[in-house]
Amino acid sequence: MKGLQRGSAAIVGVAESDLGAVARDMSAIDLMAQGIHRALADCGLGLRDVDGLLCATAQSRTSGLSLAEYLGISPAFVDTTILGGSSFMFHVAHAQAALQLGLCQVAVIAYGSTQRTIGRRHASVREYNPYETPFRPFLPSTAYALAASRHMHQFGTTREQLAAVAVAARQWALLNPVAWEKQPLTVAEVLSARMVSYPFTVRDICLVTDGGGAVIMTTAERARSLKKPPAYVLGCGQAITHASISSMPDLTVTGAVASGRAAYDMAKLGPSDIDVLELYDAFTINPILFLEDLGFCKKGEGGAFVEGGRIAPGGSLPVNTNGGGLSYCHPGMYGLFLLIEATRQLRGECGERQVADCEVALAHGNGGVLSSQATVILGTQKTL
Amino acid sequence: MDRISQSPLAIYQAYLDRGKLAYQWSPQANRAVFFPRVICPFTGSDDLEWRVSAGLGTVYATTVTHPREGAPYNVALIDCDEGFRLMSRVEGVAPETVEIGMRVSFRVHKPAGDDPAYPVFTPVAPTLPSPASGGGLGRGPVEAP
Repeated sequence: MKGLQRGSAAIVGVAESDLGAVARDMSAIDLMAQGIHRALADCGLGLRDVDGLLCATAQSRTSGLSLAEYLGISPAFVDTTILGGSSFMFHVAHAQAALQLGLCQVAVIAYGSTQRTIGRRHASVREYNPYETPFRPFLPSTAYALAASRHMHQFGTTREQLAAVAVAARQWALLNPVAWEKQPLTVAEVLSARMVSYPFTVRDICLVTDGGGAVIMTTAERARSLKKPPAYVLGCGQAITHASISSMPDLTVTGAVASGRAAYDMAKLGPSDIDVLELYDAFTINPILFLEDLGFCKKGEGGAFVEGGRIAPGGSLPVNTNGGGLSYCHPGMYGLFLLIEATRQLRGECGERQVADCEVALAHGNGGVLSSQATVILGTQKTL
Repeated sequence: MDRISQSPLAIYQAYLDRGKLAYQWSPQANRAVFFPRVICPFTGSDDLEWRVSAGLGTVYATTVTHPREGAPYNVALIDCDEGFRLMSRVEGVAPETVEIGMRVSFRVHKPAGDDPAYPVFTPVAPTLPSPASGGGLGRGPVEAP
């Protein structure tokens, strides 16, 4: 993005809150606070160091107020941009801008959701759309299914290829001790699972879990003195194309084309430089679209690209190494977890699922119904 | 400055209540605008005209949604011949037989109770006239205004 300087800020602390099904009566803000406490411990900073607060959740209209009150802080910089699951990638760019300008010195990005415990209907109230609601789309699934229908029609993408995305995610999840899913999954099991919105069965669709977490950012200069190796922000890009699926210009081309280009330009890197990809996989069509739009294969070839274990453990391109929203955790707005995993991969903290020689990671967030796209490229000290 | 006396949605709904599918036309952009709004998204102008669609279109995208209870149903995006797209459903055929590229024609659906009318579509029989010849509507009664 114009105005942001490559490597001027870094992610220095990351943590998940409790995940899966959390204790009864925990609030979204409780989970944010738990994530912040753990992420500060991860980098050796304290709450008194935090003067920038960025957060988003579907469960609080003024989460910035609630969280600041809860933490007992009066931050100099606050941003509660909420654009769906990609919000946290937008936050990274905004935090970097604030750090560059000196608006704050240490920024926290936080998320929390208890949608599994309280039910999705209560966690994320649907807005009435007079031009869509009468047709009873099961949102967001129906919208992504419509996009998948176009991809299948135009490019011959198959349900088996979609299922390959879910199977690869499950294989990665089995290497992640905190992943929700613990059992192997086959293509046949994906295809024969309960149909939700054709071509998606329940196994083509992300989990419904609780969860939260936090990411701590500071200036590159300060980052070097902290506990863990920094994950420098090399590139950021963002694009908004629509809000409702009936207004998406072309259902097979997402704003990731523009967000990716902006992030690559800023990072002075291209797809071949990326060692690990964390792609927002709310539905199995998503990684296929994003692999195309971010330049890892040509438009229309994403289905064939994900076949044969290419993005699974042991494949040539590691994608969604934590198990993804499909098998690890998905509390509704999943983007923060992509940043956490990308940072851990760059630090070499991922144990069995660690990608060898990982220097550059790409985290791509998606929000709404393919509506908001935001790309963050992170790199180790070596990449500066 | 003129105050807005009737919302874009209210005007759209009033057309539907008379059995017509209305959309907006932007003279400056020379193209259709949908959903109806106060400002043209292509020019930023408030110069928007109301037009009535001939009611013919093509299925752009389609899915069958399976509720936990009740029968599966179609949800589709329809590209109307005048150059606008809307969400709707295709009726009169099994939902899984709705295909991208299928020609469809509009009729108004009036739900029971107080719920507002909305547009649905049915497949056009291949023998019906093409839109270029004046757009003979398919089945489905169109009520007089």
